[in-house]
Amino acid sequence: MNELIRLETVRKIYRMGSEEVGALDGVSLTFSRGSFWAFMGPSGSGKSTLLNLLGCLDRPTSGRYILEGRDVEGLDDDELSELRLRRLGFIFQSFNLIPQLSVRENIELPLFYLGWEEEESAARASELAEKVGLGHRLLHRPTELSGGQQQRVAIARALANDPAVILADEPTGNLDTATSRQIMELLVELNAGGKTILMVTHEAEIAAYTRSQLHLRDGRVQAIEGERG
Amino acid sequence: MRGVTRAVRIGIKDLWLHGLRSFLTLLGVLFGVWSVVTMLAVGEGASAQALERIRRLGSNNIMLTATKAVEETTGGQVQRTSVYGLTYADERRLRESFPAVRRIVPAKLVRKEARVGERTLEVRVVGTTPEWFELVPRRMLAGRELAAHDLAARSAVAVLTESGARKLLAVERSIGGFVKIGTFAFEVIGIVESDVGVGDLPTPDQEVDAYIPMTVCKDRFGDISQRRTSGSFEREQVELHQIIVEVDDTSHVEPTADAITTMLKRFHKRADYKVQVPLTLLREAEATKRTFSIVLGSIAGISLLVGGIGIMNIMLASVTERTREIGIRRAIGAKKRQIVGQFLIESVVLSVVGGLVGLLLGIATPAVIEHFSGMPTDVTPDSIALALGISGAVGVLFGIYPALRAADLDPIVALRHE
Ligand SMILES: Nc1ncnc2c1ncn2[C@@H]1O[C@H](COP(=O)(O)OP(=O)(O)OP(=O)(O)O)[C@@H](O)[C@H]1O
Ligand SMILES: [Mg+2]
Repeated sequence: MNELIRLETVRKIYRMGSEEVGALDGVSLTFSRGSFWAFMGPSGSGKSTLLNLLGCLDRPTSGRYILEGRDVEGLDDDELSELRLRRLGFIFQSFNLIPQLSVRENIELPLFYLGWEEEESAARASELAEKVGLGHRLLHRPTELSGGQQQRVAIARALANDPAVILADEPTGNLDTATSRQIMELLVELNAGGKTILMVTHEAEIAAYTRSQLHLRDGRVQAIEGERG
Repeated sequence: MRGVTRAVRIGIKDLWLHGLRSFLTLLGVLFGVWSVVTMLAVGEGASAQALERIRRLGSNNIMLTATKAVEETTGGQVQRTSVYGLTYADERRLRESFPAVRRIVPAKLVRKEARVGERTLEVRVVGTTPEWFELVPRRMLAGRELAAHDLAARSAVAVLTESGARKLLAVERSIGGFVKIGTFAFEVIGIVESDVGVGDLPTPDQEVDAYIPMTVCKDRFGDISQRRTSGSFEREQVELHQIIVEVDDTSHVEPTADAITTMLKRFHKRADYKVQVPLTLLREAEATKRTFSIVLGSIAGISLLVGGIGIMNIMLASVTERTREIGIRRAIGAKKRQIVGQFLIESVVLSVVGGLVGLLLGIATPAVIEHFSGMPTDVTPDSIALALGISGAVGVLFGIYPALRAADLDPIVALRHE
């Protein structure tokens, strides 16, 4: 029951005309609830591809992906969207906030698609902004915030739907060292609170904050360090 | 429903962010709807008026009118007399040989000077029979119409139209006084409402008329009239200027008119008469109105097409511009149809707002036209429904493709955009 995610010989092959690029080449893994992983490896090793598959943004070419005991294969586009909406949260390298929306509205976005009432959704957004230390910036636009603050908003947004997993693709990639540290501390805190976090990074200092490290090379698992799960 | 209102609000907010661009985009639909509603209102008003006037001429009637054909004169250089028009014989033949004809009203028209005391006025004397007032129905404002006994007794009596009475009589609408027409005195027995003519239709009351008994007109003024034109006299000899024929049934109107035309052709060497059928004119007017509507419809179609293309263009640009946003929304869990909805709402809001403003202007403009030109206009509920329906449809039609394109973006690709 502690198992949250299971991958069975997952392959992802991109076709570029006649050429085939094997981004993932038979990956079998399990991730348990409450774990905190760093996906590491050289550029092009398949880290983002793996994260996108786990995030139901993409489908494996072959193999099985079981999320919370449910086989994701065979779900249609609407069902995958529903899964992302209810069970997953994303954090991106470039923050990916919607520029014309305020901090509060950005955090509320998942709640909007979940059909929450406006008052409840606003209350939840304030609470989350408070949690990431931006309670006083609710009405600001993303462009009025620093990179670190923007990433905090993105984290608050990823938390809004109370997801089973947070997927983060190089969340500190655009931040300076000091800010990166703050963001990582926030993620560690969230993980301590029970959130499962799967994070892509290629920096060892960042990976040091996590409890498990997965090393990929040429689309294959090369090594696993830290806690198993 | 609540979700939709919220989505519309968000759509409006997004459009508001690009206020100028949105405004320019909706101008196309705005002008389209504005011009359509205005043109329809003007067209509707004009044709309603024309149709009403034709209808008042009587759909069971046939109008025969004398027309001066190619110049044909008798006499020498000095005294030229044009002889033309309908004849007493025509009237007799009409009475005798057409079973469908119910009533016939002949009329002689003579221009004379009318005088009451010091006041003078050029009037058109209409010598006719009492049925005139039945076939060309108008309100009596005072007194009575011509009666059969006036004709039989050859009484010198006259019915004046309102405008003439106002100019001639000291006391408005007073009857029983005398008016001198030409050199003869007539007793004013009634005053009838004036009417305005319809195009070139032989409506009798375009000017000041004095209706007198046919018999009296024939006796006093004869068939020859003289008019001074640029220094020389012009003499005309016309027996009857007009004959109104009433047919018993609408279905007999056109065949009878054809038969009458054939008959007149046989007895007139020249085409010195005109046969007009209000019913045919009515049909023609209705056909013209239909054509007008089709032309307007095409103009509307083209301008709305242009407006729609403008919306599509901007929506496509917007989708490209907001590719990343679409990726974000999709990653968060928005379904394709929610993305479609988001962009479709924006295009529909654009075109409906354009349509509403256009409609308001289109309602206001005819009122202004009517106020300043006196031209009748009519904004019908149909044209309002049409304007709104079409602008909504334009929004959907031209918004659907950009919206579908937005929804079909691959979230991963969209997220990497820029
Ligand atoms: N959409 C795509 N079409 C074709 N090939 C792709 C696509 N996405 C990824 N690839 C290829 O798959 C391989 C793995 O890519 P991926 O983005 O997962 O690498 P990564 O480990 O995240 O690298 P980086 O550290 O540079 O982000 C690469 O060779 C890449 O070129
Ligand atoms: Mg990557």
